[in-house]
Amino acid sequence: MLFSLLIDFGHLTLVLCLFSSFFLMVLPIFNSQFENDFLLKTVKPITKLSFIFSLISFIILMIGFIFSDFSIDLVAQHSHTLKPLIYKISGTWANHEGSLLLWILILQFFAFLLTYSSVPILFLSKVLSIQGAVSSAFLALCLFSSNPFLRSNTFPTQGAGLNPILQDLGLAFHPPILYVGYVGLSVSFSFSIAALINGGIDRIWAKWVRPWIMIAWVMLTLGIGLGSFWAYYELGWGGWWFWDPVENAAIMPWLLTTALIHSVMVLENRNQLKAWTILLSILSFSFSILGTFIVRSGIITSVHSFATDPKRGLIILSILGIFTIIPLTLYVFKKNLFNTHRNFNIISKESTLIINNFFLVVSTLIILTGTLYPLGLEYFTNKQITVGPPYFISTLTPIMLIIMLFMGLGPIINWRENTFRNSILKILPSIILSFLLFFILIVFYSLSFSALLGYTFAGWIFANVAILVLSNTSIRKIFIEYKFLSSNQTAVSLAHLGIAVFAIGAISDSFFSKEVTLRSYPGENITIENNVLKFDSSIQRIGPNFISNTSKLILYDNAGQIKTILFPEKRIYPIEQQTTSEVAIHRQFKRDLYIVLGDGNKNSGYTFRIYLKPFISLIWIGCILMVLGGAFAIYPKIKLRIKSWISN
Amino acid sequence: MNPKLTRLLGLLMFISFIALGTFLLLSALNSNIVYFFEPTKVINKDKTFFDGKRIRLGGLVANGSINRNGIETIFIITDGNNSIEVQYNGLLPDLFSENQGVIAEGFLIENTFIADTILAKHDENYMPREVAESLKSKGVWKGKP
Repeated sequence: MLFSLLIDFGHLTLVLCLFSSFFLMVLPIFNSQFENDFLLKTVKPITKLSFIFSLISFIILMIGFIFSDFSIDLVAQHSHTLKPLIYKISGTWANHEGSLLLWILILQFFAFLLTYSSVPILFLSKVLSIQGAVSSAFLALCLFSSNPFLRSNTFPTQGAGLNPILQDLGLAFHPPILYVGYVGLSVSFSFSIAALINGGIDRIWAKWVRPWIMIAWVMLTLGIGLGSFWAYYELGWGGWWFWDPVENAAIMPWLLTTALIHSVMVLENRNQLKAWTILLSILSFSFSILGTFIVRSGIITSVHSFATDPKRGLIILSILGIFTIIPLTLYVFKKNLFNTHRNFNIISKESTLIINNFFLVVSTLIILTGTLYPLGLEYFTNKQITVGPPYFISTLTPIMLIIMLFMGLGPIINWRENTFRNSILKILPSIILSFLLFFILIVFYSLSFSALLGYTFAGWIFANVAILVLSNTSIRKIFIEYKFLSSNQTAVSLAHLGIAVFAIGAISDSFFSKEVTLRSYPGENITIENNVLKFDSSIQRIGPNFISNTSKLILYDNAGQIKTILFPEKRIYPIEQQTTSEVAIHRQFKRDLYIVLGDGNKNSGYTFRIYLKPFISLIWIGCILMVLGGAFAIYPKIKLRIKSWISN
Repeated sequence: MNPKLTRLLGLLMFISFIALGTFLLLSALNSNIVYFFEPTKVINKDKTFFDGKRIRLGGLVANGSINRNGIETIFIITDGNNSIEVQYNGLLPDLFSENQGVIAEGFLIENTFIADTILAKHDENYMPREVAESLKSKGVWKGKP
C-alpha cells in the first residue's frame, strides 16, 4: 500500500517536472511582452524545483528496483530478487524507460547547475528556456510512450532478470557517464540558440560556454573509453572497437565536440569562427539525439538495442527533426550575426585549428555515411547489407594522420600572424626528431606505410608537447616560484599526449596482434610466441546467480617459475537461460595475454582462443590522459564559481 | 586575374574537391558492403555472383547438423526450404545451438560456405534482425510476433 502510494507520487512528480519545464520554456515569451521583473525572478527557483521533481521521480524508481517491487511492470521485466544489490541499482537505467528517466534527470541537473553560473539572468532565462524545451520534449516521450511507472497486471515472485552480460561493474557506470556527455551538449546547444535569438555571439559568450563544452567532452571521452574497455574484457571478441552503429553513434558527437572545443577557442581568442562554432554546437547536440534514436528505435541490431517499438522511434525522430531543423532555419535567417571582418593568416594557430576542425567534421560525415547507408538502402530497396570495418579503417586512417600532423603544430604556434622563419625555428627540433624516428622505424622495423606514419606522427606530437612544456617552464619557475604550466597549457599537453598514446596503442594492436584457436586437454601445454601456458584443470563453481565452468591455466616465465594463474570461465545463468564467457587477461605494459574459453568437455577437450595484444593498455591510458587534460581545463573555472558562490 | 574569375576558380576547385572526396568515399563504401542472404536466395542466384564476394548467410542451425572436429565445426544453415553447409574454424558464440538463429559471415566456395565469423542471438528476446525477418516471411518464425 505504502509502495503503491510512493510509486504514484513518483509518477506525479514526473508530470510536475513536465509542467515546470514547459513553464520555463514559455517564460521568456511572456517576459518579453510584459517586461516583468517578477517573472524573471522565478526562473532560477523553478529550474531548481524542476530538477528536484525529476530527482524524486528517479529515486522512487530506484527504490522500486532495490526493493524489487514487481507491481511496477518495468521492475518485473528487468529485475530479479536474486540479483546483487549493485546490479539492482544499475538495473534502474539498464532498460529503455529507466535510462530515459536518467537522461531527463541529467538534463535537469545541467539546468540546475546553470542557475549557479555567472551569466546575466536575462540571457540565462533564454538559455534555460531552450533547456526547458528539450526537457519538455523528452519528458513527453517518457510519459506518453515509455512511462517507467506503468503497473503490471501479473505479479511475478522473482522477476525476469537482467541480461547477464550487462551485470558488470564497468557497465553499471558506462551509461550514466556517457549520458552526462550526451546531455551536456544540450548546454552549448541552448547557449547557441539563445545567442541566435538574442544576438551577442562574441568572446564573452565563448568564455561562458567553453567550460560546459569541456565537461561534455570529458564525460563523452570517459564514457566511450569505459564502454570500449568493457567491450574488450566482457564480450570476449578480442577487440575494443567494432564499428557497431551504436559505437559510431557515440564517436560522432565526440568528434564534433572535439572540433567545437577548438573552434570556441578561436572565438574566445580571436573573435572569429562565429558561424562555424554555432553550427557545430547545434550539430553536436543533434548527433547526440541521433545516437538516442539509433539505440532506442530498434532500427539496428546491437548489444545496445533495447526492445523494439516503432512508435517510440517515430517520436524520437520527430524530436531529432524539431531540434535540428528549427535551429538550422534560425541559423540561416540570422546570418547577419556572424559578421567578422578580419582576415586569416595562413601561418597561425587558428589556421591549424580550422584545418583540423574541417577534418574532424569530414570524419564525422564518413562515419555517418557508413552508419546510415545500410538503413537507407534497406528502407528503399529492402536489401539487407552491413558495412564492414574495412570501410571505416581505410577511409579514416589518412584523415586521422592529417589531424595528427596539425595537432602537433597547433599548441606551439602562436595566434595571429607568424613569420615562416620563426615558426620553422620553433618546430625545428621536433621536425628533426620526427625524421630521426621515421628513419629508425624504416631501418629496424618492417612496418606498413600507415603504421610507419602513425608512429612517426605520434612521436611528432610528443616532441611538440615537449617543446610546449620546455618553452613555458623552467627549473627556476617550478622550484622557486612554484609555478608550472598554466592550466590551459597543462590541459592541451595532457590531451594531445593522450591522443598520441592512444594512437600508439591502437596502431600496435591493429598491426601486431596475434591470435590462435586451439583444442586442448587438461595437463597439456599451450605455447603462444614465448609464453608457455599449462592447462591445469577444469573446475565447476557456483556463483550467486550463475554456474561457472572454469579452466585453470598456469603461465610460466622463461625460468619455469609460475608467473600467474589464469581462470577463463563460461558462465551459465539459469534464470535468464543464458551463457556468457568471462575472459582471463594477463596484463603487462608490453602486452595483454587474453584467453577466451570456448565449448568443450573432458572427452573431447576444451577449445580456447588466445590473443597476444601488444601495448593495448595504451589505448585506455591515452583516454585517461585526455580526460585528465579536459579536467585541468575545467578545474580553475569551477573553483572560481564555487569561491564566488560561497562568498555571496 | 580579376576577382570574379578567381572566385569562380576557387568555387570550381572546391566543387571538384568535394566530388573527388565523395567519389573516394562511395567507392570505399561499395567495396566493403556485405550483403545478407538466406539459403534460398543463394541457391536461386547465379553462382558467379559469389566469386570472391564476402556475404552474410542467415537462418536457423538445422537440427542435428552440428558436427565438431577439433576446432573445426561443420553445420547446416536452413531457412525451411533450402539449406547450405557451413564450415567454421574457431570459437562459437555462447548462444550457438541447434534450431537457433545464426548469421555466418564469409565466402561461398563451391556450394559450401566458409565462414570466418559466426554471430548468434544475444539472448532469448533477441535474434539477428535479418534472420528474424527472413524467418517471419517464410512462416517458420517461432518467437514473439
